[in-house]
This record gives sequence, C-alpha cells and structure tokens, in this order.
Amino acid sequence: MQVNENFEPVIVAFCCNWCSYAGADLSGTNRLNYPSNVKIIRVPCSCRVNPMFILRAFQKGADGVILCGCHPGDCHYTSGNYFTRRRITLLYSMLDFLGIERNRTRLEWVSAAEGAKFAAVMNQFVEDVKKLGPNRRLEDLRCRKQ
Amino acid sequence: MQRIGVFVCHCGTNIAATVDVKAVAEALGHEAGVVISQDYQYMCSESGQDLVKNAIKEHNLTGVVVCSCSPRMHENTFRKAAASAGLNPYLVEIANIREQCSWIHKDIASATDKAIVLGKAAVAKVHLNAPLTAGESPVVKRALVIGGGIAGIQTALDIAEAGFEVDIVEKEPTIGGKMAQIDKTFPTLDCAACILTPKMVEAAQNEKITIHSFSEVADVKGFVGNFTVTIKKKARFVDETKCTGCGLCTEKCPMKKVPNEFNMGLDNRTAVYIPFAQAVPKVATIDPNYCLMLKNGKCGVCSKVCTAGAIDYKQTDKMIEQKYGAIVVATGFNPIKPDKYDEFAYSYCPDVVTSLELERLMNAAGPNGGTLLRPSDKTHPHTIVFVQCVGSRCDDEKGKPYCSKICCMYTAKHAMLIREKYPDTEVYVFYIDVRTPGKNFDEFYRRAVEQYNVHYIKGMVGKVTPKADGKIDVQASDLLANEQLHINADMVVLATAIEPDKTARPLATMLTTQMDTNDFFTEAHPKLRPVESATAGIFLSGACQGPKDIPETVAQASAAAAKAIGLLCKNSITCNPCVAHSDELMCNGCSACEKVCPYGAITYQDKEFRMPDRSTAIRRVASVNPAVCQGCGACTVACPSGAMDLNGFSNSQIMAEVDAICK
Amino acid sequence: MNKNQKNWIDITSGVNVLKCMRCGKCSATCPSYDEMEYHPHQFVYMVEKGDIEPLLNSKSLYKCLTCFACVERCPRGVEPAKVVEAVRLTAVRQQGNNHLIPDMIPDMLDDDLPQQAIVTAFRKYTK
Repeated sequence: MQVNENFEPVIVAFCCNWCSYAGADLSGTNRLNYPSNVKIIRVPCSCRVNPMFILRAFQKGADGVILCGCHPGDCHYTSGNYFTRRRITLLYSMLDFLGIERNRTRLEWVSAAEGAKFAAVMNQFVEDVKKLGPNRRLEDLRCRKQ
Repeated sequence: MQRIGVFVCHCGTNIAATVDVKAVAEALGHEAGVVISQDYQYMCSESGQDLVKNAIKEHNLTGVVVCSCSPRMHENTFRKAAASAGLNPYLVEIANIREQCSWIHKDIASATDKAIVLGKAAVAKVHLNAPLTAGESPVVKRALVIGGGIAGIQTALDIAEAGFEVDIVEKEPTIGGKMAQIDKTFPTLDCAACILTPKMVEAAQNEKITIHSFSEVADVKGFVGNFTVTIKKKARFVDETKCTGCGLCTEKCPMKKVPNEFNMGLDNRTAVYIPFAQAVPKVATIDPNYCLMLKNGKCGVCSKVCTAGAIDYKQTDKMIEQKYGAIVVATGFNPIKPDKYDEFAYSYCPDVVTSLELERLMNAAGPNGGTLLRPSDKTHPHTIVFVQCVGSRCDDEKGKPYCSKICCMYTAKHAMLIREKYPDTEVYVFYIDVRTPGKNFDEFYRRAVEQYNVHYIKGMVGKVTPKADGKIDVQASDLLANEQLHINADMVVLATAIEPDKTARPLATMLTTQMDTNDFFTEAHPKLRPVESATAGIFLSGACQGPKDIPETVAQASAAAAKAIGLLCKNSITCNPCVAHSDELMCNGCSACEKVCPYGAITYQDKEFRMPDRSTAIRRVASVNPAVCQGCGACTVACPSGAMDLNGFSNSQIMAEVDAICK
Repeated sequence: MNKNQKNWIDITSGVNVLKCMRCGKCSATCPSYDEMEYHPHQFVYMVEKGDIEPLLNSKSLYKCLTCFACVERCPRGVEPAKVVEAVRLTAVRQQGNNHLIPDMIPDMLDDDLPQQAIVTAFRKYTK
C-alpha cells in the first residue's frame, strides 16, 4: 500500500481526568514530543466514553481514535476502566464487521506517572494510523471539510 | 444567543514561544458566539483575572474559554474569578495549550494550528455548558461504628475525643472482639487483656460513646452526612439498666452444659452467662437455645436469685432508629474452621487444635487456668507440632487464596511461650515461608529459633493420624533435607486462615459498599485512600478490609476515625455538581445504570406521567442521588435509551468537542 | 533443557507447574515417598526447570501409585500425580526402553488379581 508522506491524520484522544490526562500533562511538563495531530478530550473517566463518540469521530473524519484510562485496578472510580475494556472489546468486533482497521482504534492504560509512556504511545499510534492512510470507510462525506 | 469570551494566555514565553497567541486569539474571535477574544501575558495573575472579570461584566458574557495551562492547574482559579464577576463558575472551560501543545511541539505553525483547534473545541463545548450549582447537604454530627473489637473501640474513642457522639453496635453480648480472647501479643509478649480491657472500660465510661451490645444493624438508608440506620437490639432477657453484673444468676443456673464460645467450646458455661470477667457492659445474657425457662417454662432460678430484678423472660427484640453522618465498618475477622481438611484430623481428634484454641488453652482465664494440657486426657504435651498456612494461600474452594499475614508471628509467639514455660517440650513448626515484615518481627522469629530452639522445618504436613496410644503421627516433608518425616506428637496446632466475619457481606449490601471476592471490604484507593470505602461517608477500620495484626488495626482505626471526624466537622457537604442525571421522559426503568453504578447512587421510583392522550400512567424511572454520585459517567454509556447524562460532560458537549476537532 | 519435552509434558498433563508454591505437601502426603528417588515435589520443580531427562531415567516413575493423595491435598491445585503420569507417558512413547516386557508377566500373576488390574498395570508399566 502506498504511503502518502504528506498525510497528516486527525487523531482524537479521550483521556480520563485522573490518570491519562495527568499523564499527558506530565509528558508536556517533561517536554516529551509527540505529533500535533493528537488532540485530547478530557473526560472524567474512560467509562464516560460512549462507543458512539468514537464512531462519531470516525464519521466526522477522524483517522484514528485512542482512548486512555487508568490501569486496571487503579480506576479513580474503582471499576470504570473495566467497563471501558468490555465496551471497547465489543466495539472492536463491530468495527471488524464494518471493515474498519483495528489499528485505527486503540485502548491504552496510562497512569498519571507515565508521561513517557503517553508520548511513546501517541508516537506509535500516529505512525500506525499514517501507515493505514486516511479513514475513508466510515467518513461521512457530507461532513467533509472543503 | 451565546456571548462567549476567549482569553489566550502567553504564560510568559511558555506558550508564546511555540504558539502564535495573537493568531489564536484572532482565529477564535471569528468563531460563532465569540464576542471578545484577547491575549495576555499571564492570565492567571491578578491583572489577568481582572481582564476576565471586567470582560464578563462589560460584555455580559455567557461563557468563558481560557486557553492556558492544564485545567488541573488553574481551572479553579478561573472558575473563582468568573464566580466573583457574577458568572456561574461551570460556564468556564479551559483549553490546554501549554502542557498538551506548546511544551510538546516545536514547529510554530503546527502548534498554532493545534492550539486553534483545541480552542475551537473548548468554544464548542462552552456553547452547551449549563450553569451548575453545587448542592449542599447537611451533616448529622454523630457517627456509627459497626463492630466493637479493638478496631471499633479505637475508632469510637478517637471520634469521641474530637467531641462527636459515637454509637458502637456489637453483635456479641460484650465488646472486645477477638483481642479479648488472645493471651499474649507479639512481639512484646505483653498480655492482651491488660492493654485491651482499660480501653473497653474507657469506651464504656466515655459519655460521648453509646454501646449497643448484643445488637445488629438491620437497615441502612440515606447517604453521606445523613444516614438513617435501624439497629436491632436482640432480646437478652435481662434488663441492661438493672443488671449489676454480680454473676449470681450464672452461679445458680442449673443448665451448665452449654459450649463456651469465648473459650472456643473447650469448656462449658451456663445458659445465663457473662462471656468473661471483664466484659463490657458487664451484663448477663440468657441463651434462649439452652435456658430451661424459655424452652419449657420450668425453672426461673435466675429470676429468683437476682436481687436487682433484672431478669425479664418476656423481653423481645427492639428496633432503634438513629441518624448518623458517618459510618465506620469494623466487623473484623474469624479464623476458618479447618474441618474440611480431612488430612489434619481436626474434626475427630481433640488434640488437634487451632491457634485461637491454643490461645485459650494457654490463657490464665481459659479452661485449664493457664496450664497447657491436652484437651483429650488433660496431660502435659511433650511434643507439639505447628502447621502453618492451613487454609491460607490455597487455590481451592476449601481455603483462602490470600496470606493471612498474622499466623507466622503468632506461631513464633506460641512456640516461644511454650518453650519458655515448658522447656521439656519439643516444638516443631512446619512452614512454607516465614513472613515477618514489621517492626521487631524478624528479630522475634529469630529469637524463637536461636534462643528458644524451636525446630523450624521447611515443608508441609501431609497427614495427621491419631494413634491408639493417644499419640498423633504427623507425616510431613522436610524439603531442605529432602526426606519424609514422621513425628510422634502429643498435640498438633493448626495456624488457620482468617476470613472476614459472616455478617460483612449482608452489611456491605446494606451500605452499598464494595467487597472483593473474599468478602473483604474494598478501599476507595489501594494506596491513597486506604481507610475510605468508595461509598462516601463509609469508612473502613481493621481486619474487615484485609488481614491485619493489632498495631496495624489500631493505626487504621485511628485513620478511619480521622477521616470520619473530617466529615463530621463540616456543617454541610458541598456536592460535586458534575453528577449524572436522568431524563425521566426517556428513562424506561431497565436498571442497566443501577448495575454499573459503583456507588449505589441510582434508585428507582414509580412516577406518574401524563400521557399524550391526557391519561396518566405510572412508570418506573431512575433517579440519581447527587450527594452520592461521584460523576464517573459509567451509567451514561450503559443507558440504552440515552436518558442518563452527565453534568459538565454531557453527551452533546463531548460530541461537540469531537466535531470541533475533526472539522 | 529440552523445550519440546517440557511443552509436551505441560500439554499432556494439563498442569501449570508455575502454580507450585513449594510447600512440599505433595511429598508429605505421598505413601511411596521412601521408594522414590525423585519425590512428587521434585517432579513438579524439575519439570518447571525443564530438567526432565533424569526423571525419564528414574525408577521413581513406576513407584507412583496414582493414588492422587497429592492431587487431593495440594493447596495450589497443581496436581503432581498428573505430572508424574505425563512424564511416564513420555517414557512410554520412547521406544525401546521397556520397563516391563510381556514375557515377564505370567510369573508375576496371582489368581486373585482382577483382570482389569493386570491390564491397567500393563498399560502403566510397559515401555
């Protein structure tokens, strides 16, 4: 598959307020670079992320969606990330059915102390999505920017 | 029409060096609804905040977006500023263009583009922000402690010390719990009763503390600051207010063959009894299962001898209702019964005892008056075998998967005490690992080996066989010598696993707190909130949270008391307004949200609705208690009809952010 | 260490030897302990290390009565007897090392011995 060098994917990242958002802040405090394609949306807990939000992002033209939460067992709300894990597993099977590449959606556990991990995950994810190329299958053409 | 103000911070050069702040302010100024867009050197400074305040007043703003550092840093600063200018603080949104933009990107063009997108997302979100008011709920200045062991006593004493009323609910006729049954404590070998009973008396005499002995929690309603608890005072057939605890009834009672629970059934008590001499409250209790008067109506001796006239055969269970601001759970533990382990012969050989039974056998107030004798023939044992990890670290349904933590130390204590008192006794300890983390713990264990010459053997006992001559054959492996041993023992002591009290699980259901698979209460955070349960206003004290020795239990009890005092000190609690709420018209009462709620904040009500044809219908709908909800949002995703939404992070707000980023 | 052999034993026994916490209760409970060169806990440990050759060559394999006392009493549910059985099966499948040959059997027979026991013993001890 041809890789377009100039392709700059739109990446939406959902980060839980207590672990991953703080982890993202930490990678900023430590000046650890990751591509500017990643735009973060703060949510109270990864379990607040409705799979609908992820589909909406794809519909609106996002090329990749990454969801970050506290490590299993460390959820600020005790059990929220377990719900997330189950929901994302179900979402994967639906995305598989729709023919959307697995690598466009990702679930990662990033703690508030893992600034370096956050940056590394983002770098890897953007690279993976770049390899996949633009999201055409789920994008709603009516939503396309001119 | 929304009137939104955008304020872009330079943060000195922290932001301005990589983000063209002027361009950001310019671009965001063209967004729909934005009436003012400014940039400033330091937005969080006094003058920067004034800029925001003045703009709110001058332009009559309905929303504010600050493009600056992380909301974890200054969200509160700007919310307060907005509030002082008369704008609802929850109409402020922060776009994080420092930690998540200027500090991680080097290229000015792309960083500026990203900052604009983040700003647009915040503007899109603030369009949909609703003014929120943090609710307040009053705090009842009274605490309930469930369980009257050392944990409950310590918690109650500490709370009372701070000047608050405390009630202790204890299911047994006396407080004191397991510690009252223990003979000596490790690693100092001081007598447990000598340090516990003064605390029991202190609790009884403290005018802030009310002890409900022989009582159970029957029902819990309400939420943090405002619990309504129904306490069942079980009928003890003795008037507590009249009984002087003289003990005459217990001497005269003709029914003398009741197994004595306090001595682990190793001797007998009477049907009317006081568990032990230092019991608090020192009040007799009649056991209805054995009392001849209550069973057949023939006896009445106790009532005749009681000079205080305290015996009341007609007493019934009484329900008390009381309001509390905080609840501390201190339900403690029990050793498991090792009768499922046939290989240890516990159920049919009286000389195979558990460690707590040995504790009573060695206690001066125990069945043998402190002389260690074999339960079967009351002779002095010359060879004693201790078996560690009986039921602990077991991966099967017979035992517990965890380490019970206290057994290594109490076994070292027992071995040491026996060797000290009876130097002619050989003591063998079969261990898998000796775990002695704790102050002076390992020194204690080494002392048992080096000074008292206790034989520690690495290996496990495989079979215990009582023999015809009264001796016990103990077949075990010595892993280090790689051989199988047979020890001709007189007594075998099993260090049984400890498990949470049986009452813990129904209590957790009443309190809507969480438990692990072993029925230990789960703390709100394993490292940072170890004495709070995830349910607000419920605190955990002692072994109900996990296996603990006495010093740890007392430390945790005081910590739980501190947390409870912190809550009781407040007149009212400010609730987080970012909580879930349900749209009653859309809710179909399916219970999906209730099942995922970790806090039990969701209940169901039958409500009357007016239908389009003007008839009325009663429907079951969810309602969220805002004082209990912590705002995780699990229910919002679980809701199949989309009725559940979260204030501050509503479906439409997050969608708007997604749209703004993807555009 | 022979990786294939270890994998084979892991699969045929269905036992996760990593669950062993080295308490030695299996050996403490074993009725043929004194007959064995390698004891039940050593079987588990050596299989975990992949040190299987000495076990295959040891007579201990045939001393296990398959009484399952160790399986019953292991606190971690490791099932040492199944490990021993799997090692025995490995030996059985290696051709040529007959522990018991059919010609030896008539001398050992006892009239009271049930037919089934003979068949079982033959299955267990041949090769």
